[in-house]
Amino acid sequence: MRSKAISRILFSVGVITWLALLFTDISILLSSVNTIKPDLPVWLPGIILNLFIVSLFYYYKIKIERDEVLNFVDLLWRVFATGLIATVISLGLRLIEYLLGDTTLTRHIVFRDLVYIINLGLMIGFLMMAFAAWKRLILYQKSKWLLRLWAFFEIGLLISLVYNSFKFPLVEWLYGTLLGVFVVVGLVLSGNMKWVAFLNFRQKWTSLLLLLLTVFYLLYIFYTNSSLSESIGNSSPYFTEYRYHVFILSLIVFVTIYSIFSFLVILFNLPTTSVFEQKLEEVVNFQRISQSIQTEQSEESVYNILLETSVSSVFADAAWLEINSNAHEHKIFTYKITDKESYDIINHLKSQNVKGVLDQGSEKTKNLSKHLASLKGSRFRSILAFPIYVKGQNIGTLALLKELPESFNREMTKIVSTFSNQAGISIENFRLMEEALQNERYKEELKIAKMVQKSLLPTILEQDQDFDIAAFSESADEVGGDYYDTLRIDKHLISIIIADVSGKGTTAAFHMSQMKGIFHSLAQRDIEPSEFMVQANQALVYCLERGSFISATYFIINTQTKTIRYARAGHCPVLYYCADSRSSQYLKDKGVALGMVRNKTYSSFIQSNVFQYKPGDIMVLYTDGVTEAKDGKGEEFGYDRLLSIINEADGMSPSEIQNHLINKLYEFSGTSNIDDDYTTMIVKFK
Amino acid sequence: MIHIKRLQEDGADVIALIGEIDASSSIELDLSIAKSVGEGFKKILVDCSALEYISSAGLGVFMSYIEEFKDRNIKMVLFGMSDKVANTFSILGLNELLQIGKDKSQAKQLINEV
Repeated sequence: MRSKAISRILFSVGVITWLALLFTDISILLSSVNTIKPDLPVWLPGIILNLFIVSLFYYYKIKIERDEVLNFVDLLWRVFATGLIATVISLGLRLIEYLLGDTTLTRHIVFRDLVYIINLGLMIGFLMMAFAAWKRLILYQKSKWLLRLWAFFEIGLLISLVYNSFKFPLVEWLYGTLLGVFVVVGLVLSGNMKWVAFLNFRQKWTSLLLLLLTVFYLLYIFYTNSSLSESIGNSSPYFTEYRYHVFILSLIVFVTIYSIFSFLVILFNLPTTSVFEQKLEEVVNFQRISQSIQTEQSEESVYNILLETSVSSVFADAAWLEINSNAHEHKIFTYKITDKESYDIINHLKSQNVKGVLDQGSEKTKNLSKHLASLKGSRFRSILAFPIYVKGQNIGTLALLKELPESFNREMTKIVSTFSNQAGISIENFRLMEEALQNERYKEELKIAKMVQKSLLPTILEQDQDFDIAAFSESADEVGGDYYDTLRIDKHLISIIIADVSGKGTTAAFHMSQMKGIFHSLAQRDIEPSEFMVQANQALVYCLERGSFISATYFIINTQTKTIRYARAGHCPVLYYCADSRSSQYLKDKGVALGMVRNKTYSSFIQSNVFQYKPGDIMVLYTDGVTEAKDGKGEEFGYDRLLSIINEADGMSPSEIQNHLINKLYEFSGTSNIDDDYTTMIVKFK
Repeated sequence: MIHIKRLQEDGADVIALIGEIDASSSIELDLSIAKSVGEGFKKILVDCSALEYISSAGLGVFMSYIEEFKDRNIKMVLFGMSDKVANTFSILGLNELLQIGKDKSQAKQLINEV
């Protein structure tokens, strides 16, 4: 908004100064023709002219330099339009003059001066416009040096206005020197034509036309002004003569030279435009391939982009991309060629026994054109093939085809090779990202499985007056398959189970939930522990996959008869502390884990055992995580350590024993970072 | 980590297990037994003398072949186990299901029994 207001002010200043110039110049001229001493000082119009120049200079500076959206052709168009307006007005004046004919009015000095001042204003406006536009073009790709030179040129020109305002007779020689310096600097600056390269073919043609007309306008305006000033000069020397004005002359030379230079450079650049455009397209294509990794949803779109970009970069007539997902699976993406045609060529090259990239054997890209010559019925005469590598593994081949023989050059080979490399990287990144995503999903799954597993363990254990009970379970980062539970059968009977599912992860949690279901249905009734195992085995055979099994021990405590019946199916032997003898022992007996024998013979591999318990006796149930816990040296916690810890535990409550055991276990392993599941269940009889 | 060596002796395939078998290395054990079966061996001896540890997953591999071997009349005998490894087998009850010999000569005797 502010710059808009300033540009308006500058424009009005321009108009006012121009009017002031008109009146002062006419008044002085009139006085001099009539040989009266003018009322105004003769140097006044010169100063007003310079003010006019300065206001226009800043007006265009703001208008052109601040406009970010202008492109090169827009700039040229603006200059052209300004020139057109100036020329049309000037021609209009000529027409009026012509229509009026050779009268006293047209011959009158005031009329001629009016026409002259109008033309001068138009010319200066046109020059300033062109100056501002050329500045932008010259400084398009600027260096420090260029910026300094331009600053020198611009400031130098403005300072020359001061020189023009006062006619220093003593420094007459300065005039020639200044003009010479500005012309030379202008010439040097005119060498900056980098913007031309960024025009496309159409823009170049438009620019040529605009520049040509601009040059014509310039020449016409120069001619008009110089003839007008000459005709007035013949009558009187006291008028605003621009022909000795350093600023205007320098500007005329500079603007004209740059216009002509630009025209010629664009003209000579025309034939090579397509090359530059192609390079630009390669860069854009390359970017597309690089970016495809962030935006594309599938490998397939990366393949399609590779195909498209390669084709457009080398102007191929057709192309295909063969991807080998594995040894037997091939996928083909084609461009302007049918699958059949592609396979014809592939098979032809195979039958010719070409050891190129098509047979995935060679690492080098090869021009296989000579082999195509022998294929009848194919319209293609040139072929270029590239392997695509992902993590050093050849995943496919890109083949480009042309109808003309020998039409792929070295440049094209390089470009497409770069593309296929980049595509390989994109696909690799894509796969890595997918893997990471998969891992994330797997982790999420584990989290759920762990939650399920935790929820399967009982929060409250069955209580009885005859014993105290405590249980503890801790699982590693991965989900384990430790399970324990209690269930009251009737007033005197309580069943207890401890189990360990082989394997880890979601399947372990799944099997654990099956075990829980089996326990809760079978332990409802008082059945022999061995019968419990036989039935559980029978049920599990249908759910456990090959190689999976569950080890378990099932107990029924009878508080009336003070007996414990149990069956051990491959689970860690129970550690039993006898209060009478103050010693403990492992109850070793026969028993095969559930799921190992998958037929009716299982009953012969399991047995029920029975023994009496006495007050003070302790029964320790655990999983192999306890005995197999390792210390820093790799030694296992083992059965002996467990036994001696329980021997120390006389007088402790089950939860105290449990804490003691856990502390000892952590102390032994020397880390709280466990890599297995620990589960213990301790029953102490009263 | 497990290292598995295979060599043939008197018409039997001897699979030597060196190191530890855990969940990930159990796959290798499975593969080498499957390979031996695939090559048509009817007698398989598993040398466990250098086996330091076997996890439940490793035991599961042996277990998974029991029925198949019975059906196809393939004999497998394990031998040379350390006490610790033997204990792992016996706790699960696998000693009831698999033939386990003390040493190689006993294992050969076992495998040649009809």
